[in-house]
Amino acid sequence: MTMKIVFQKTSGLTDKPTHYCPGCTHGVIHRLVAEVLEEMGVLEDTVGVASVGCSVLSYEYFNCDMTQAAHGRAPAVATGVKRVLPDRMVFTYQGDGDLASIGISEVIHAAARGENITVIFVNNAIYGMTGGQMAPTSLIGQKTATTPYGRDVSVHGSPIKVCEMISVLDGAAYIERVSTHDVPHIQKAKKAIRRAFETQKRGGGFSMVEILSTCPTNWGLDPAESLEWVRDNMVPVYPLGVYKNKATGNL
Amino acid sequence: MGKVLMKGNEVIAESAVHAGCKYFFGYPITPQSELVAYMARRLPEVGGLFLQAESEVAAINMVYGAASAGVRVMTSSSSPGFSLKQEGISYLAGAQLPAVIVNIARGGPGLGNIQPAQSDYFQVTKGGGHGDYHTPVLAPASLQEIVDLTKDAFDIADRYRTPVILLGDGMLGQMMEPVEFTEGTEIRKFAKPWATTGTLGDGPPRTITSLELDAESLEKRNWDLQQKFAVMKANEIRYETYLTEDADYIMVAFGTVARITMNAVNKAREAGVKVGLIRPISLWPFPEKPFLETRDRVKGYISVEMSAGQMVEDVRLVVEGHAQVDFFGRTGGIVPTQDEIFEKIMMAAGGVTV
Repeated sequence: MTMKIVFQKTSGLTDKPTHYCPGCTHGVIHRLVAEVLEEMGVLEDTVGVASVGCSVLSYEYFNCDMTQAAHGRAPAVATGVKRVLPDRMVFTYQGDGDLASIGISEVIHAAARGENITVIFVNNAIYGMTGGQMAPTSLIGQKTATTPYGRDVSVHGSPIKVCEMISVLDGAAYIERVSTHDVPHIQKAKKAIRRAFETQKRGGGFSMVEILSTCPTNWGLDPAESLEWVRDNMVPVYPLGVYKNKATGNL
Repeated sequence: MGKVLMKGNEVIAESAVHAGCKYFFGYPITPQSELVAYMARRLPEVGGLFLQAESEVAAINMVYGAASAGVRVMTSSSSPGFSLKQEGISYLAGAQLPAVIVNIARGGPGLGNIQPAQSDYFQVTKGGGHGDYHTPVLAPASLQEIVDLTKDAFDIADRYRTPVILLGDGMLGQMMEPVEFTEGTEIRKFAKPWATTGTLGDGPPRTITSLELDAESLEKRNWDLQQKFAVMKANEIRYETYLTEDADYIMVAFGTVARITMNAVNKAREAGVKVGLIRPISLWPFPEKPFLETRDRVKGYISVEMSAGQMVEDVRLVVEGHAQVDFFGRTGGIVPTQDEIFEKIMMAAGGVTV
């Protein structure tokens, strides 16, 4: 009897077991990015740029050439790579502390330049690696290690909505926010990632997919509750959808 | 090609082009801005790329990206902007990426001013950023010397996979002198199998990182770096001596200050004082040999600097109390004059002022 292979692990990921906490959606997002790169047949032409935070070791998991950047600087590093190697696929993989706080300048200017790179922006509304401190994307009222009484607008300001901000820049070509809280949304997230990389492939300019993600460990919730928390609390603050798609005239 | 009259900042830029540097990421700051503007005009002519970054921080990280893609790349700044690049320089050193970073230093601390200074000596020679590392530092004293040392800087960077600092001061950057570029000199090619260019199906994926979470692995990486620094110390020391053979007193100065000091040495010789000059060209690795050879027979050394006294500490370290080590400096952007250095020599030589 011959067996037919109906499913196998993507070649876009290495065999190294990830260090992510149970219930964290980094693993899902890694797989989506890796599957897209594999399906597009560009793994060997890709250079990824890892950031600082929980995904700092992403260079051990993506099965392509990887460079590790300083905190927040991944879009600048990716700019250097892409300007030298314009025909390669170049992507950054960044969390919300890295991208929306210390690295907000680099991502804005990369977008403004229309840098032909793809930014995978994982937003879980908290600093995970350092132990659950407030991020610029933490929700109003959210309790974190540095907002033990909850995020207070009068003290900490309001969450930064990165897609809304970036999409007004002329250089931004494809900007979409997606979520990972259930299977249909994960499937949508993969399509968004694919469209972002396709934008880069045709030289369309700056593309970014913001992916709402979980942090069960620092939220103090179990994995199932965390997915519900994304759906019930994050999605209303961070509306899902395509914020910009130059190719379809969605400006 | 004959001699051309150029500004120091432009000579650095053109020398980099001659050294095969086609990528430059910059940010304006006085007194190095001509270098950035020259590259913006020049690099497209040679099929290269100039990009003005949004900050010095972004510029040095673009350099990191370009270096990881395997090309010769440069950025430049002046003291306050150079401080901003230090994080990136530490990462370049940790990830072992080659790049050339220019510092056309100005008065500090803080915003300081835009006059020439050498007060970034500690910063460039002692590592500057976090962690156990050094970067080779080359300090030209003339515009013609910039041509040679810029080429050397790129070769050292590639040979050892290290960031290299080219240190001048605002005077060197702003002054004009005739220089000659040798056409057709061969650009040394270094194989870079470590570069992350996309595997293109040729071998397994590569990683460039300065992260080693395992303590024993990071210690090993550090000892490997130290081993590399030891090889640099053996091979990359550059200095010049002037009238030191019979000298009772030896002046120590680098960069533009060495030229002023040399004039003061000549004047003191005319006045009958046996005085010489050691001019470190590589500030790190610091040239110890000319001191070890002379410290038991001279009466003293005088370090002359545009700072409150920084290189003098390295002079004391190598002289180890075998002779007197004295210091003369001006700071805040003041350039010491030949006459005040001459007076310092005459006082040391017998308490006589002229």
